[in-house]
Amino acid sequence: MEQTRDSIKDIWGERKPYEGHWPVRVDEKTEEEPDHWVQSACVLCSNGCGMDIGVKDGRIVGVRGRAVDAVNHGRLGPKGLHGWVANNSQDRLTKPLIRRNGKLEEASWDEAMDLMVQRSKDIISKKTALGIGFYTSGQLFLEEYYTLGVLGKAGLGTPHMDGNTRLCTATAAAALKVSFGSDGQPGSYTDLDTTEAILHIGHNIASQQTVLWMRILDRLAGKNPPKLVVIDPRETFTARKATVHLAPRVGTNVPVMNGLLNLIIQAGHINQDFIDAHTIGFEELKEIVSHWSPERVEALTGVPAGKLREAAQILGTAKTLVSTVLQGVYQSMQATAAAVQVNNLHLIRGLIGHPGSGIYQMNGQPTAQNTRECGADGDLPAFRNWGNKAHIEQLATLWNIDSDIIPHWSPPTHAMQIWRYAEKGSINMLWISGTNPAVSLPQLERVRSILQQENLFVVVQDAFMTETAKYADVVLPAAIWGEKTGTFTNVDRTVHISHKAVDPPGEAKPDFEIFLDYARRMDFRDKDGGPLIKWKTPEECFEAWKECTRGRPCDYTGMSYAKLSEGSGIQWPCNEQYPDGKHHLYEDGVFNTNVDYCETYGHDLVTGAAVTQEEYKAKDPKGKAFLKGVDYEPPHEEPDEEYPLWLTTGRLVYHFHTRTKTGRSRQLNEAAPDAFVQVSDEDAARYGLKTGDMVEVASRRGTVTEPVLVGDIEPGLVFIPFHYGYWDEPGRKRAANELTITEWDAVSKQPHYKYAAVRIRKI
Amino acid sequence: MHIGNYIALAHDSEQELTKALRQVADHHKDEPDIEQVCQLLATWSEKHVNELKPFVERYSEEKSDEPERLMQSLFDEPRSGGLALLRDLHDLWLMANEAELCWIVLSQAAQGLHDKELEEACARFRDDTKRQLAFLLTRIKVAAPQTLIAAD
Repeated sequence: MEQTRDSIKDIWGERKPYEGHWPVRVDEKTEEEPDHWVQSACVLCSNGCGMDIGVKDGRIVGVRGRAVDAVNHGRLGPKGLHGWVANNSQDRLTKPLIRRNGKLEEASWDEAMDLMVQRSKDIISKKTALGIGFYTSGQLFLEEYYTLGVLGKAGLGTPHMDGNTRLCTATAAAALKVSFGSDGQPGSYTDLDTTEAILHIGHNIASQQTVLWMRILDRLAGKNPPKLVVIDPRETFTARKATVHLAPRVGTNVPVMNGLLNLIIQAGHINQDFIDAHTIGFEELKEIVSHWSPERVEALTGVPAGKLREAAQILGTAKTLVSTVLQGVYQSMQATAAAVQVNNLHLIRGLIGHPGSGIYQMNGQPTAQNTRECGADGDLPAFRNWGNKAHIEQLATLWNIDSDIIPHWSPPTHAMQIWRYAEKGSINMLWISGTNPAVSLPQLERVRSILQQENLFVVVQDAFMTETAKYADVVLPAAIWGEKTGTFTNVDRTVHISHKAVDPPGEAKPDFEIFLDYARRMDFRDKDGGPLIKWKTPEECFEAWKECTRGRPCDYTGMSYAKLSEGSGIQWPCNEQYPDGKHHLYEDGVFNTNVDYCETYGHDLVTGAAVTQEEYKAKDPKGKAFLKGVDYEPPHEEPDEEYPLWLTTGRLVYHFHTRTKTGRSRQLNEAAPDAFVQVSDEDAARYGLKTGDMVEVASRRGTVTEPVLVGDIEPGLVFIPFHYGYWDEPGRKRAANELTITEWDAVSKQPHYKYAAVRIRKI
Repeated sequence: MHIGNYIALAHDSEQELTKALRQVADHHKDEPDIEQVCQLLATWSEKHVNELKPFVERYSEEKSDEPERLMQSLFDEPRSGGLALLRDLHDLWLMANEAELCWIVLSQAAQGLHDKELEEACARFRDDTKRQLAFLLTRIKVAAPQTLIAAD
């Protein structure tokens, strides 16, 4: 039993101030002395901390941070130190289940898989594979997503593949594509080692990525600390450390960013040479933001003009700048448009492509980057462009199939549309892997009713009997992290390998093997009659994936399982030119916007209309980045007499996603045992509430009952954490998403979780 | 001159398009993107109607008594059933095309008349109409295969 620090009480641990570099601090938590350690990385947020798994007698007994790792220098956060105990839970799923006479009953793998194959074939015979949809995760491994992507796109030929990454990182990808022509984060975490200033917008990094926040805290504790600008409507842990904290009203990110860009342009704090040489659209952007004086911004957003000026002074004069963006932007009104303004800030200042300056259009989940890269969501593998016939031909050649099989007549179907097709009865089979939409999607009453539709055959592949699995027709028991080998990629493009440490419980199988088994039983073939999917092991799949990425921005061709196992984290692109990976993209100011190379031809940022190949060709940016401005659009639902308060939702430091794993750690669960509704002092006085009182919170879509927490939030706004559902039977409606709205961003299609009109009533 | 007739045609086309976009938005509320974007696009068409008024007045005398046979409604009311959304979007697209063609025709005449103001207005309106068309076409392309092959 070893615990180097109590991460529940002291979330970020002791400071190790910078001494020119970030000192190592190894965090460890084990319940027994391991007989050996197995190399891995953490899967409980998007940071991708290098971690070793401690094993004793075939069981996981603890974890420790990897001192040599590029990302964390040995540190681990509370979720990483405690979440592994979920692997050993007594309530793991260990056998396939099939619904018979309304009840889920144990079955063999053969029975379950044969039933799925029979259903698939029935549907295909009636309406092609347009009747089959996939809803995956941000928590599987690269090899699993690629296998899934190939079986769906080249085997079945369905455009209906997406994942819960739509809920967390779709806007990150969309914003990067809009500005730079493709997905891929321009910077590196090492930028934090030297940067002069940091901007966090809609990103409570202290709770979301605790280890990255430690890196910032250690900078703040050392010499030459960076200045910190935080934009968040709540007084979060992150906001408390800010040099300037702007707390805008819900749904007003675009006016705040326009106001900042306007001040920076007015003050002449721009890099005109960079703008001229490497961007297009500056005059239009300047015109749009010129209408946003600090006073106008204040009137609309509530951010005092003086504070906006202070923030603009920091952001306009710092010689290096790291910006991070997350759900406060991605899940709010004008998500993509607002996220793009952060890219614009860096572009007009020329702060991109060199040490100390980076943009992190953050991911929420550990392997979300791979869902996007591998084509398991609404993207094509290796950032290929669905509108570019040559890219489709590349995939067809690689997979040795006819290009017509790959659905590319319109964009791959986004998650919210997949669920809508299921609701309308045009999708009749939905295969959900590694995620829990019955808690995580908006408007849960609707989601539950879709899952229960007679005309929808639901397959759920998971490690636990989640709220979603309860509605399944077939449940497949899945192996998880630590029980299988694979790779995954974090936000700053760092790829880690996670080796198998222990066997999965009972008959549980890796998602990788389940997908391969389905492909084999469906008898997917290539053009020459050989099996479509030729790999049998994760390593063989990784080798096939490398070929898929050759010459694309996410080039993995210089990596191998051996190389990943020797070190501790390699950034893509990694190829002959960059055998050890590359810290920064766009060092030469040449972006991925060339018409033959880009991942998208772009969209109208307001309507979401797709730009055609011909239109794009007409203004071929030839490697210049796009500066795109937009004006303000108000949220679609605003408080009124009947529902007078704004609701926003978000995370807590001790939990991940829907608590499927973190809720099974006693320590994490005791640290944050239940949902609550946070209200301001002013609203508490108005409604006669004190901390601990129970209130009913109602929106037009549903009602929950929550204990009250008073303070640290703007008046008129209430907050409910999204983690809490029903598997541990709280005895009341409590999931935040009972209240949220079914609607999404026009470009990224990410749902709007950050605003809904609600009312509260003491009970 | 017939230019007054054509301005009236453009005016009425946009009025009808505004109404139709709102009807489709209301009728297809269960498709949130349709509802929200069509409501937004309706405000653009409505703006065109209002901004056309000075030109309607300016050219009110320049109108022949030629019967306005183009003034027919493509769109009675939103539909129900599996094909409904696709057919409604199809009609909106045709109506928006009529509006776009009006801007092209009027812009040609404005150049002939050296009416810079009308020419500039037509260019602005046409940009909006093109964005309306692009949205409708994007959404139609997405809906088409699912509607024609997989819907009940």
